[in-house]
Amino acid sequence: MSNTLFSAGHTACAGCGQSLAARLVIDAAGKNTIVVNNTGCLEVFSTKFPESAWEVPWIHSLFENASAVASGVEAALKYLGTKDNINVIAQGGDGSTADIGLQALSGMLERGHDILYVCYDNEAYMNTGIQRSGLTPFSTNTTTSPIGTCSSGNLRPKKPMPEIAVAHGIPYVATASSGFPQDLQRKVKKALSIKGPKYIQIHAPCPLGWRYESNILVQVSKLAVETGLYPLVEYESGVLSAKRQIVPKPVEEYLKLQGRFKHLLKNPEELKKVQDIADNNIKKYGLKAETVQASS
Amino acid sequence: MFGPLVVKSGSSKNNKTGSWRVETKPKFLQKNCIGCKMCIAVCPEACIYGEAKNTYYCDYNYCKGCGNCAYICPKKDIEMIKEE
Amino acid sequence: MKQFLEGSHAIAEAIKLCKPGVISAYPITPQTHIVEDLAQMVSNGELKSQFVNVESEHSAASVVLGAEATGVRTYTATSSQGLFYMMEVVFNIAGLRLPIVMTDANRAISAPINIWNDQQDTISLRDAGWIQLYAEDIQEAVDLHFMAYRIAEDKSMMLPVMVCMDGFILTHGFETVDMPTQEMVDKFLPPYSPLYKLDVNDPMTLGPLVDPDGYAETRYAIQKTHEEALEFIPKVMSDFSKVSGRNYGGLVEGYQLKDAERVIIAMGSVCGTIKDVIDELRAKGKKVGLLKIVSFRPFPAQAIYEALKNVAKVAVVDRAVSLGSYAPIAADVKSAFFGKKKGPKVISSFIVGLGGRDITKHSVKEIFRLLTTKELEGEFIDLKPELLKESYE
Repeated sequence: MSNTLFSAGHTACAGCGQSLAARLVIDAAGKNTIVVNNTGCLEVFSTKFPESAWEVPWIHSLFENASAVASGVEAALKYLGTKDNINVIAQGGDGSTADIGLQALSGMLERGHDILYVCYDNEAYMNTGIQRSGLTPFSTNTTTSPIGTCSSGNLRPKKPMPEIAVAHGIPYVATASSGFPQDLQRKVKKALSIKGPKYIQIHAPCPLGWRYESNILVQVSKLAVETGLYPLVEYESGVLSAKRQIVPKPVEEYLKLQGRFKHLLKNPEELKKVQDIADNNIKKYGLKAETVQASS
Repeated sequence: MFGPLVVKSGSSKNNKTGSWRVETKPKFLQKNCIGCKMCIAVCPEACIYGEAKNTYYCDYNYCKGCGNCAYICPKKDIEMIKEE
Repeated sequence: MKQFLEGSHAIAEAIKLCKPGVISAYPITPQTHIVEDLAQMVSNGELKSQFVNVESEHSAASVVLGAEATGVRTYTATSSQGLFYMMEVVFNIAGLRLPIVMTDANRAISAPINIWNDQQDTISLRDAGWIQLYAEDIQEAVDLHFMAYRIAEDKSMMLPVMVCMDGFILTHGFETVDMPTQEMVDKFLPPYSPLYKLDVNDPMTLGPLVDPDGYAETRYAIQKTHEEALEFIPKVMSDFSKVSGRNYGGLVEGYQLKDAERVIIAMGSVCGTIKDVIDELRAKGKKVGLLKIVSFRPFPAQAIYEALKNVAKVAVVDRAVSLGSYAPIAADVKSAFFGKKKGPKVISSFIVGLGGRDITKHSVKEIFRLLTTKELEGEFIDLKPELLKESYE
């Protein structure tokens, strides 16, 4: 009895935010979907020969080319006349999306293919050992931006991938989070109902890389959103059309749960910089809830 | 001549990841459950099943014991108990 | 039907007759006219393909990979730097056993940047697992494309094929070409029927992670398939000869070998020049000949051995170098004779025509002149010593 298109038995870490997100995405998309995957944790733990967790047609080629391979799949379906009934999803981690795969992604978005691109943002190159990526947040301790006497971790802010996607003039861009499963699935269904290129970036907590207990995935995800560090927004036809309003919490509540940020708790100067990033997001997107209501 | 090339869909079910658990596993009390399905929504293994209230259970063949279901249940109807 | 065509345009006409469903390429001199002509054909409705204008060669190869995996015949073309940029996808395509056909307009490799013809680009990818066929003239280049699709898509093969044609010389040269009709091509080339594909009605996982427990077998399988291709390619060529009326002999083609005492082995358009020189020298009573390699991969070691085992002196002409070691074709040719009871007494290796430097009749005569009992190793022909200096001052 299969209740999902992403079977159990895959070898993701217990409590992996990306495996949860991947399951939510494909279940929302349905069985008439072809998935093209970049190299990364998801590809490795879901398709180690001779086992595959995928119950839909799925292909992996290389690290940076899912967008281009998906463009080929979409073109083939158009040639065969069957594109209208079949979803094409290209997906990968933050590394294969924002860094090595940015060129192929940009080309795919610019050409206007009818493809949904999903980025699982666990904020580092997790599969190769927690190295810093273009989407690693400011001041994060990673293996290639480690804290030391001369450094407090990653010195650069997150590359604004959703804005880069919006700048390509595509019909739908959204950010989502593994800790908000219904919102995530709603956004996937909405994206797939629109023709053209779509981009969804999903915050996918990694218990190993972020160093937190595996059972607090939802709490970590919620705090990322509620501090303003990971705004949940939607853009339609280039305009900010929806955002999740928050009652802002101080960033410390989010950072203290994770080993990758614990150096900030003893460094008020750096902590302030992270708070500034959150405050800027809240201002920029207008995230602060208008009326103050106690909500759980 | 061809070597290993293509993998059958869903063949990961042969890999019983339940063997990974060492410390705790979820116990579904089936007492105060309201059927909200949040446990199903947050399970990365999709190994929780149930429909009506108090009918929820998990397939221990695949449960890795991550504990997210117990954490999220609004009625605290799932408890992480010690693995035998 | 015979037409006087530019090489690139002839290739585009040939591809049109093969009816690929998806075409994707990135422009690079001297391949550009091929894809421009195909774009025009699509734009005029003469060719019902999806034409995907990608942002790089890496993506061009990826697009045809994805389309072929979805069960649709595809086409791409590139050259030199473009081929190198898509190199990891090229290996990936062979590993996934996708029968893609690609034209490479042979061009030199940077640095220094040079847009003219030599064969370094495709020869450098000889390990990729693709079948590599080299054309002597435009007619052969055209015909090899039809055969390429037939060879690639056969269920016993399922290997991608690279048709290599010398950049500018064949792509921008003009020749009278006898183009088959659509009926002839349809008779020779059945529609593509994939072994497996991305299909929502029959889902499978392609491109899994294969650990040490399974990887070696995939490579062994490709190696074995190349051995089978040594038999299969001549069969396809024979079938094509029947349909077209033009004779394609097989993996290698001999010219005036019968009583030859000195033979050049070469690949590509230089063979045309060599044949002209042989005619001249034969008229003077010199016993010279040519063995043209058509299929470089799979390497026709047995065919070369059979053709040349009784020839005393062989010169191998390479339009590429394997820097730091023996010239690539020469190394393969010598290996074909090693340990055998018969074979040439001398196999001399010549490197010529790099970066588009013309191989003239004079150059070919020089090679025959240097083909003596003294074996030469990696001898550069037509080198300009005045451009060289011992130290950088």
